[in-house]
Amino acid sequence: MKPVSGPPAANVPYKLPPPLFGARCKACWFGLGLLVLVVASFWSLDLQWRAFLSLDAAASMARFVGEFFPPDLSAPFVRKVLVGAAETLAMSALGTLLAAVFGLLLALSASRTHAGDRAHARAPVRLLLNALRAIPELVWAALLLISAGLGPLAGTLALALHTTGVLGRLFAEAIENAPTGPAFALRAQGVPAGRVFLYATLPQVLPQLMSYTLYRWENNIRAAAILGVVGAGGLGQLLAFHMGLFQMGKTATVLAAMLLLVALVDAFSYAARRVMTR
Amino acid sequence: MNVARARPLSAPARDPAWLARVFWIGAALVLLWPLFVATEFRPWVMFDAQSRGPTLAFLSAFFPPALGSDFLLLVARETWRTVAIATAGITLALVLAIPATLLSTRALSISALSGRMAPVPALLRQLLRWVLIVLRSIPELVWALIFVRVVGLGPTAGVLAIALTYGGMLGKVYGEILESGDSHVTRCLLANGSGRLQAFSYALLPQNAAELTSYTVYRWECAIRSSVVLGFVGAGGLGQQLDNSTKMFAGGEVATMLLVFIALVALADRTSGWLRKALG
Repeated sequence: MKPVSGPPAANVPYKLPPPLFGARCKACWFGLGLLVLVVASFWSLDLQWRAFLSLDAAASMARFVGEFFPPDLSAPFVRKVLVGAAETLAMSALGTLLAAVFGLLLALSASRTHAGDRAHARAPVRLLLNALRAIPELVWAALLLISAGLGPLAGTLALALHTTGVLGRLFAEAIENAPTGPAFALRAQGVPAGRVFLYATLPQVLPQLMSYTLYRWENNIRAAAILGVVGAGGLGQLLAFHMGLFQMGKTATVLAAMLLLVALVDAFSYAARRVMTR
Repeated sequence: MNVARARPLSAPARDPAWLARVFWIGAALVLLWPLFVATEFRPWVMFDAQSRGPTLAFLSAFFPPALGSDFLLLVARETWRTVAIATAGITLALVLAIPATLLSTRALSISALSGRMAPVPALLRQLLRWVLIVLRSIPELVWALIFVRVVGLGPTAGVLAIALTYGGMLGKVYGEILESGDSHVTRCLLANGSGRLQAFSYALLPQNAAELTSYTVYRWECAIRSSVVLGFVGAGGLGQQLDNSTKMFAGGEVATMLLVFIALVALADRTSGWLRKALG
């Protein structure tokens, strides 16, 4: 069938806007699905708004906050909180470091560096990394309590496990995306695979690996502060302990220390980013 | 001549930098010693006779995973509750974040059209921004601990905790997204006498809609993960069941729930990736 060619119509018909709801309108179906999801969520949860918005709840909330004052600022307790904060920092630093080491080791087997690389381990190692990453630090900590016992060791290992998953995946992406020229040149000379990595790939991706690791460290400080709620050391453990005993003055001090730590980390990372990108 | 040409073809026999590597690894271990002390890093306690027994018993109970129909039904219900807590929390967070963004974004300031913003609106915007930062910087787990005390165990505490923390996060990032884009069209509309809401819905929103939606979807994915964690302090859902089963050393149940949880996170990851791709 040939297109009809003739003089153009005197008045070009306006294209009408699409109908508001059509069976082929993907956005409409998506919006409808979203609405159903939200309504079903609110409907199926037995949310006790009445209990929360009542005068009673307001009074108990006010009493609860009132008990925070005065915070316990006696010297021995402040020292204990400082030790807790230091423990939190140490947990996050060591956890991130362990994760960087194991993440790099796993990333090596999870990446295909050149076309001839069979990379048999790639798929299973990626599955392992995804599983490590999918389970949050707090769940890891709760599971590790069984074998590592209460205390910062469980928290450190939990941070290390989750972060290994995160960093391993990021590292593998970075290694696979690195320019292949230098590695090819070394391989053509017969240099073994390990040394090809050390002298060609690693120097190129090292800045990226460092920046990923520092970013995760920042996240892990925040995570380590609350990790102890299940008993895995640091400020969180102090918080759960004193809140459980209804010692609200001490709870207030620990909470303040936690918020201060998070705020300091935020401010420091903001300043560092400003300085580095300038 | 021939020798000189043949030489680069043979690889050096040993790693020329190995001495430096060994030295730096040793130095790092010495410097990091305080960290190992502070975190009581003695992984071998996990393998001594006292803790080996329970650990092995717990792990060997992982297989086979619990697959009783009653238990699977319970897991399905709790999984839905986890998703529902995250969705309801994000919805309330949006209720908090959207007005806060509209009030606090500098892109909709009329007095800023002619140079500097007037002092009162500038102060108001900065105050609102600080409120958002405070909301965001209190971890949702701490909010949940507090709300569990006030409203009791149950999903209400989880929903409120997610709503407050994520409201702060969304409000802050929405403001940053709106201010980082091209402000020409908005300024043009404002300068010609349109209202702030009009300028928002005809200039700022169409320009940034894709980015805003994609960030919201990403945060929904994060909220699912944190609603599991909130279960550990008694906010209901999969986390609470996981906590109960772990405390009862029911390895099979824990294995099932971990698998369900990994699948849920993978599904949310896939959905959010697909949505963000579709948005461009």
